[in-house]
Amino acid sequence: MPLDLIESFRNPKHIKALAQEIKKECKSKINIMEVCGGHTHTIMKYGLPQILPDLIEFIHGPGCPVCVMPKERIDHAIALASMDDTILATLGDMIRVPGSKTSLQKLRAEGRDVRSLYSPLDVIKIAKENPDKKVIFFAIGFETTTPMSAVLLEQTIKLGIKNLYFHINHVLVPEPVEAIVSGGDSKIDAFLGPSHVSVITGYGIFEPIVKKYKTPIVVAGFEPVDVMEAVLMTVRQFNENRVEVENQYKRAVSKEGNIKAQNLINRYMCKRDHFRWRGLGDIANSALKLRSEYAEFDAEIVFDEILPKEQIDDHKLCICGDILKGNAKPFDCKVFGKACTPNSPMGSCMVSSEGACAAYYKYGKFIGKGMR
Amino acid sequence: MSKKRITLSQGGGGEETSSLIKELFFKYFKNETLLKMEDAAVLSLKSDKIAFTTDSFTVSPIFFNGGNIGKLAIAGTINDISMMGAKPLYLTCSFMIEEGFLYEDLERIVKSMSEELKVSGALIVAGDTKVVPKGSVDGLFINTSGIGEVLKDGISAHNLCDTDSIIVSNEVGNHGACILAKREDIELDIKLKSDCATLWPMIEALIEQGVEIKSLRDATRGGLSAVLNEWAETSNVTIEVDEDKIPVADEVKGICEMLGFEPYEFANEGTMILCVPKGEEAKALEVLQRFEKTKKASFIGKVTNRYENRVILNTPWGSSRYLELPKGELLPRIC
Repeated sequence: MPLDLIESFRNPKHIKALAQEIKKECKSKINIMEVCGGHTHTIMKYGLPQILPDLIEFIHGPGCPVCVMPKERIDHAIALASMDDTILATLGDMIRVPGSKTSLQKLRAEGRDVRSLYSPLDVIKIAKENPDKKVIFFAIGFETTTPMSAVLLEQTIKLGIKNLYFHINHVLVPEPVEAIVSGGDSKIDAFLGPSHVSVITGYGIFEPIVKKYKTPIVVAGFEPVDVMEAVLMTVRQFNENRVEVENQYKRAVSKEGNIKAQNLINRYMCKRDHFRWRGLGDIANSALKLRSEYAEFDAEIVFDEILPKEQIDDHKLCICGDILKGNAKPFDCKVFGKACTPNSPMGSCMVSSEGACAAYYKYGKFIGKGMR
Repeated sequence: MSKKRITLSQGGGGEETSSLIKELFFKYFKNETLLKMEDAAVLSLKSDKIAFTTDSFTVSPIFFNGGNIGKLAIAGTINDISMMGAKPLYLTCSFMIEEGFLYEDLERIVKSMSEELKVSGALIVAGDTKVVPKGSVDGLFINTSGIGEVLKDGISAHNLCDTDSIIVSNEVGNHGACILAKREDIELDIKLKSDCATLWPMIEALIEQGVEIKSLRDATRGGLSAVLNEWAETSNVTIEVDEDKIPVADEVKGICEMLGFEPYEFANEGTMILCVPKGEEAKALEVLQRFEKTKKASFIGKVTNRYENRVILNTPWGSSRYLELPKGELLPRIC
């Protein structure tokens, strides 16, 4: 990774200049939802609300794939990992998230074989090295990680691997964004569009939402200069009475996106009728599943008998739904930082480091602006 | 011809054990006290103030860029003694070896231990060897304990007060990033080297030059973040550091970027944090920068009374955040 791709987008002079410009140009209150957890992380880690005018308020969106996973899906992972002669592999901090009774991490401590991967393709190696075991890939992520799962299935078929199964939890960005903005009770004026998701989907995918709900979306990169520039672009849309999809993350995102990756996804996966989002509830067509012709690889079909079917809601004190819609901040929650912490999360926004509550817990305790 | 491997009988206490000790350990560690082969080493010390510490080393992989478990076991214990302003003198060393461990690897490790001992001049005066059945340990574990004579009294984590200066002796995060990159599930091909090093020569020079050291700690597990938080808590002060003054290698920044970590939470094995009174930082830096291993030493921030028990990281564009103790298992971000 060439370092000027990091350092030049963290240049203090540029960040300060952008802050000045935003201060000068911003004339009215703008509530901006950053859809992606990566943006929440950037905003909090670099303390951006402290250098932005009060008129700009960030509302932290649902773009953290670990956070939005309902407990019943985590219980699926736990039921699968509890089968004999089974290896369950997944990504990131999914392993830490508690289901209704336990977590994959605890299950691993009890002796079950649960692996945390850095690259999904490592699953091929695991499946080959353990031909007498069932290997289950618990796939999570938005459009960014979905092509990797598709490649994994392609390779599984090509190599004739028979002991690898997929539990698909891939979710989509436009549908929950539409669900939030169409809800009526949201106070969102504009969106920061996701960076890496847009690399795959292209920024064109957001055009229908912008037109239908008259809400600007600026697709932004993950570095502080990216976010500051995207905020300035948003402010200018308001000043100039424009409502558009704009692309700040030009170094990686095109209008069409990665067509090859999109085709790969479409070959192996299709939309589910419904998916229940933790914190947001049921959203139509908002997630993917394997196409029926690949049923023999689909862990939800092959192991259907042992998978729990009951829906499990979060504790009634949890206000993650309101936080995700922009109607409340983590500090408004009675259990934030007390009964609900990253080590024992009660709601979706605390479970992964990219969730709004976890970001506030880690970075937001500094007494200052934007930490209300 | 197949390679020579360590067998269970070499840990049984009999003839094979004895020849392993003589052929390998005595060859590299020999000194008068050790060669007496008594049940315990008998030592005479001039000072009545002694620093005494112990540490066990289980690093995986055993060999890494810039060192190995043996070098680490010597430098680690020597550094712990040095951090109390004490001159490291005598060490004990126990090996727990997994049956089947390659003899040539063990020799490489022991040889690097003897080389690392020369940096401080400390001696291994007692030791123990156990060989355990395959699967009981992961290759090799080493424990070292050591004592030193306190030359500079009063260094403590309780000493920090308003206006004191904080110095870091080197780039932070190199060891942690280096180990992470070598883990088999990541396998990153980078040129990064662990900072693994004995720090006694730098401490000795600081003491000799009369630099007033208030607190001193090597930033091992939990990294810079852990040391600063421990100090802030122990002395009940705020420590404010400037992010742009903390030296971090480009490769470490790259790994952190890719996997979602912070360099301040990564372990170091030859990097220390110093607290000196205001005005003393230039003198301390001048001494440290004479040495190759600490030539990147940097004055990173100061102690204030702003809050109790807090560490604040100031960004170069005017925002701030708390730097907190790392929590939980190190897991990568996924998007």
